[in-house]
Amino acid sequence: MNKVLLSGNEAIARGAYEAGVQIATGYPGTPSSEILATIAKKYKDEIYAEWSTNEKVAMDVAAGAAYSGRRTMVTAKQVGMNVLSDALLYTVYTGIEAGLVVITADDPGMFSSQNEQDNRWYAKLAKIPLLEPADSQEAKDFVVLGIGLSEEFDTPVLVRTTMRVSHSKSIVLEGERPSVPQEVGPFVRNQEKYVCTAMWAKKRHPVVEQRLVNLARYAEDAPFNHVEWAEHSLGIIASGVTYMYAREVFPQASFLKLGMTFPLPEELIQSFADGVEKLIVIEELDPFLEEQIRAMGINVIGKEIFPPYDELLPDTLTQLGLESGLIDEAKGMTHSVTVPTELPARTPVLCAGCPHRSTYYWLNKMKMPVAGDIGCYNLGCLPPFNAQHTMGCMGASVGVLHGMSIAGVPEHAVATIGDSTFFHSGMPALLNMVHNQSRGVVIIMDNGSTAMTGHQDNPGTDWTLQGKDAPHVEFEPLVRAMGVEKVLTVNAFDVGEVGSGLKECLAYDGPSVLITEGLCAQLDRTPKPSYMVNPDKCIACGACLKLGCPAILKADKVDEKTGKPKAEIDPGLCVGCDICRQVCPVEAIQISKDRESQGDR
Amino acid sequence: MKNISFLVAGVGGQGTLLASDILAEVGMEAGYDVKKSDVLGLAVRGGSVLSHVRWGEKVASPVVRKGDMDYLLAFEPLEAMRGVEFLHSNSTIVVNTKEIPPASVSSGSASYPSKNQIEEILRNTAKAVHFVDAARVAQETGNLKVTNVVMLGAFSTLLDVPPERWKDVILKRVPAKYVEMNKQAFYAGRMLIEKEGGSYVISLRV
Repeated sequence: MNKVLLSGNEAIARGAYEAGVQIATGYPGTPSSEILATIAKKYKDEIYAEWSTNEKVAMDVAAGAAYSGRRTMVTAKQVGMNVLSDALLYTVYTGIEAGLVVITADDPGMFSSQNEQDNRWYAKLAKIPLLEPADSQEAKDFVVLGIGLSEEFDTPVLVRTTMRVSHSKSIVLEGERPSVPQEVGPFVRNQEKYVCTAMWAKKRHPVVEQRLVNLARYAEDAPFNHVEWAEHSLGIIASGVTYMYAREVFPQASFLKLGMTFPLPEELIQSFADGVEKLIVIEELDPFLEEQIRAMGINVIGKEIFPPYDELLPDTLTQLGLESGLIDEAKGMTHSVTVPTELPARTPVLCAGCPHRSTYYWLNKMKMPVAGDIGCYNLGCLPPFNAQHTMGCMGASVGVLHGMSIAGVPEHAVATIGDSTFFHSGMPALLNMVHNQSRGVVIIMDNGSTAMTGHQDNPGTDWTLQGKDAPHVEFEPLVRAMGVEKVLTVNAFDVGEVGSGLKECLAYDGPSVLITEGLCAQLDRTPKPSYMVNPDKCIACGACLKLGCPAILKADKVDEKTGKPKAEIDPGLCVGCDICRQVCPVEAIQISKDRESQGDR
Repeated sequence: MKNISFLVAGVGGQGTLLASDILAEVGMEAGYDVKKSDVLGLAVRGGSVLSHVRWGEKVASPVVRKGDMDYLLAFEPLEAMRGVEFLHSNSTIVVNTKEIPPASVSSGSASYPSKNQIEEILRNTAKAVHFVDAARVAQETGNLKVTNVVMLGAFSTLLDVPPERWKDVILKRVPAKYVEMNKQAFYAGRMLIEKEGGSYVISLRV
């Protein structure tokens, strides 16, 4: 067997391959995005993969494929499950013809999410089996296992990772891909199973309940739920990567390691509890296991010691273990060093050459309320722009704008939403604005890809995940067809055009759309000369610094009159987008002479 | 055996993730169980990037406790300072002297620690500190982008793994047309600690 080093997400992709998955869908979102990217790159001939327009669509597509006899996998980040869940809930009643696994990649510690929700509840809500891998080997194995369980019990299966499982790498032993049918037969006609109309769905509910009982029985002897006996004074129940942390921090303890965390094996938990003097549950986020174990009448300690927020990293576990008396001393630990000085942070900024910069420049200048959305442009909420005043979830900006408008906010407000986010869930909200007629400007910031999560395709790109040609959906005809009468398209790199377009839309009494077009700086490979500041002309007014461009710095030279520092441009970082030249009131910014001729980028 | 833990610290875009991948893979090829965990800032570009890498007979946690890190491989002095809290008094540091001021410094709202301060804190923390001018060597080799491989070259002299094993893993991971440049970068990096003894050559501020 081939031994390889894989991230959890790469291992999930490998698991799909080894499980005979033939169709994989999803919507990008950290920390889940690399799963489909890996499938598209490595297993293109065996697995069809697509970025769907949103997670619910991805799940409906998966349902259709699994009903048609293809093994299928869907991926979502933790908040993506909220969008996906409507579709998941009916597949629980219908069951499937071929295995269906849903991956949710949770984000304890909130590295890149708007909340810290614990998606294990979705398994309990939906009444489906839940598998929680602890490392890459398990991530791969649990996808294979999940497909098997899905077919054996006729149910979708939820596999939940966390950022540390998805993004950590560990050794994986590769297996083979089973043979899978190349052709499928005619679509199955089984209305009482696959049509969730009330009269038929009602008959399916007892089937779902019986399935759970059967699954709980299965969990009692399943090899991935196992006890590791050591000292009997302390027993720890854990799952996922938290098990790995706890293993290290409490080396003397006995462990019940759960691979399947819903439904739980009650007899196994009871016998483990009987064998130890003190029983604790260590789980990140909610007391998901703890509450279920308590409901079994078993005395267990959990959230009294380990808080329901943030990661429970080995450092935290050690500290909490010491505080609660679970460990006497931090064995084998040497004291850590504190740096006796405050270190300057590396805060995130819009990239040099970002097409969103001109829009936030104006929004900051014009001071109107801005309903924001999910994407790189959320950085518009930070200094120097401070120009985003709400941000909640994918597509929220347009509905929030409408709400502000009908509430009678005296200022004219705008929404900022990216191309992919607009396709994802902005469209129904814009239709709502059109139908219910409110005033407000929706700025669609079209940078030509789903940039923040790694430049994935969307209906606005002319290519797909697997590199096929696709029709490029254009925004202007699209929103006109949706009934928006006032629509303007401007060049995002033309500051004046963005400003006048914005003013024109603001003056319109009704819903309007401003489309700011400009390719993401990370995708634009056109060589352009870099710029420089002429120190003799610069009056140190700070206008260019208000652009928050990482290439524009405060120079050592100061203006004699004001004593304020002049500006300078780092030629290594400048990509020549021209935006700063346009905002300089004294034409002090120009193309760098020594680079003008060569266009050296 | 006890696990060996490495912290690889740098700035997004410096190739630290590839370097930590290679470090983990070298451990695997040398017969160890390995795990690694990356922590990326919100913005990958220009943000702090920290990777934990562990080699051992059996590694449980991919994340290392503060005070348990045996080696710090820092691609940038400020990021080396950020990594100090993970170290113990027997740790070894290799740090690239090329400074990359963060936006908070270039916009004038914060100041970069002085070279003396950096040197003092690093030397007071660890058993051994090697300051290397990897950026200069990378540029001499042909491209600033191979700084990560120069750093791995320098670092490889501190571990008991044959250089050929490092070289093989590195060359497997880089694009075919850059194989020769990376090979040169690796051996030039080895010279930094073997021959120059890791003397503190302070580069000019960028």
